[in-house]
Amino acid sequence: MSTVKDRLPPLSQLGPFIALAVACTVFGLTTDNFFTAANFSLILQQVMVVGVIAIGQTLIVLTAGIDLSCGMLMALGSIVMTKVAQDFGLPTPLAILLGIGATTLFGLLNGLLVTRIKLPPFIVTLGTMNVAFAITQLYSSAQTVTEVPEGMTWLGNTFELAGNPVAYGVVLMVALYLATWFWLRDTASGRHVYAVGNNPEATRLIGIPTDRVLLGVYVLAGLFYGIASLLSVARTGVGDPNGGQTENLDAITAVVLGGTSLFGGRGVVLGTLAGAIVVGVLRNGLTLMGVSSVYQVLITGILVIVAVTVDQLSRKGGR
Amino acid sequence: MKRLTAVCLATAALCVGMHAHAAEPVIGLITKTETNPFFVKMKEGAQAEAKKLGAKLMTASGKKDGDTAAQITAIENMVTAGAKTLLITSSGDAILPAVKKAQAKGVQVIALDSPFEGADALFATDNYKAGILIGQYAKAALGSKPAKIAMLDLFPGHPVGAQRHNGFMTGFGLKAHDAKSNELSATPETVCAGDTDGNQARGQTAMENCLQKNPDINVVYTINEPAVAGAYNALKKAGKDKGVIIVSVDGGCAGVADVGKGVIAATSQQYPLKMAAMGVAAGVEYAKGGKKASGYVDTGVTLIAKNAVAGVDSKDVQTGTDLCWGKK
Repeated sequence: MSTVKDRLPPLSQLGPFIALAVACTVFGLTTDNFFTAANFSLILQQVMVVGVIAIGQTLIVLTAGIDLSCGMLMALGSIVMTKVAQDFGLPTPLAILLGIGATTLFGLLNGLLVTRIKLPPFIVTLGTMNVAFAITQLYSSAQTVTEVPEGMTWLGNTFELAGNPVAYGVVLMVALYLATWFWLRDTASGRHVYAVGNNPEATRLIGIPTDRVLLGVYVLAGLFYGIASLLSVARTGVGDPNGGQTENLDAITAVVLGGTSLFGGRGVVLGTLAGAIVVGVLRNGLTLMGVSSVYQVLITGILVIVAVTVDQLSRKGGR
Repeated sequence: MKRLTAVCLATAALCVGMHAHAAEPVIGLITKTETNPFFVKMKEGAQAEAKKLGAKLMTASGKKDGDTAAQITAIENMVTAGAKTLLITSSGDAILPAVKKAQAKGVQVIALDSPFEGADALFATDNYKAGILIGQYAKAALGSKPAKIAMLDLFPGHPVGAQRHNGFMTGFGLKAHDAKSNELSATPETVCAGDTDGNQARGQTAMENCLQKNPDINVVYTINEPAVAGAYNALKKAGKDKGVIIVSVDGGCAGVADVGKGVIAATSQQYPLKMAAMGVAAGVEYAKGGKKASGYVDTGVTLIAKNAVAGVDSKDVQTGTDLCWGKK
């Protein structure tokens, strides 16, 4: 006889949505302007860059890896695409492709170092994080690129949906999340990602090419970071060589809060979206409440510990 | 006999060579980062002055604002390498023990731009005064309208952030902490405050959230010019870019250009090159005469505004551009 409890998704997956509901309720009750469509549209725009970065991060964490270079690669992409458009007058689509190409190439580099040289992802991405940062600073001469073609910023514009402003970039983010969710859940190649994270040795023995799956995950993540860099340019209207530093840790936080296990093999990518939105909600809500940002950092830290604890405890119980 | 002579001559030559090298004052410059144009200009100023005065300059920095670990390592390495004077823009109080150890070895430690306890001397902008100037300008420009001010700060606890913030409020005529405090004041007129880390994307987010809280904001104080660029983006998207008075501190060339464009109403310009040059000169003075610099030297701050307002002394955009730091 199955109880209601059995039929609900596990706590680690429900967790971020519960946290989101609690945070929204608290802020809705304590402030005037939190619970408005305009405010929610704003929060979604504020998290869309981290949100897309976090998709790539989720894939890597699902394979029991971690990518410390995600934010720096995003910054690199935004500098490459804005600089080539400005310096060489390249047509916008080509410039965007070059920017995304740069981040994807770095993703390939990460993947090769992990699969061919067998280095731990933590160490590989620690190194590429610094390399990407340095290249970004050198290429941009530490100057923000302010002349940005309109073709790169239209994703930051909004359109009216039932009288409420919705940004095109947010629509893209949601579409990417749904596509990834579907791919991970319902296709063989997607399920292979979970298999590799769960038990790489057993997966290899079944005949699934684990190295190819891993490499593919890192390259795909690099692609997502490139799309995020376009969204960043669209939102701020500039190419900022100092961008991506907050996003680096925010993306990992979103993945952990979203219930994806750091040990690999478990997690739902939609949870990451909820995790990313929770971070944005906290920042927005606490500013509306007039509370110091130090408390936002405190609460986020507590939530992360809770999320990882829930994941650890449910691992022990469920298996 | 010939061999002995050769050895003696070689040793003598070595001694002479070493002595000549030792006469050159060795000065270390440790900035917060190497990438912020403010510190790039500081490094350039230091190098030029060192070349002029015949001193050897070593440079190092952290990776980002707050990276005290890298600064501590740099302090230790530079002292070992023979630096007799260290010029430091401190990323945080974590460097204090390393500073004390260096001073115990006879090294002169001068703070540039950001004050820290125990430094032999401080060559910096009076950040409180920088805040006062823009506060006075904002009040005069606003006139008799009731003020609704958004404060876009750096992050909690930073002395420079606190001084500019509290200075602005004092200049505006609001009750605020004095220059010694690291806390950020608030009054009913400051309807919103947000942290920006001094960067553009966070500045945009903070401004957006503040506009959500209070759509009638008519004055925006920002910690520095990158934060302003983000705040202006947010205001423009909300259709509020006209009619809001935005002020900032820095006076970098990009910021002065923004004053010219009407993005920033007024900015307090500071002079990193001067800080560095004075620091190097003090280092040479100490190496040559053993006299340490002391006390606080104000390296000056100028209010740059496109439109002057009654009762507040300001310089125009052209003057600002002539004096600005960064890429023109």
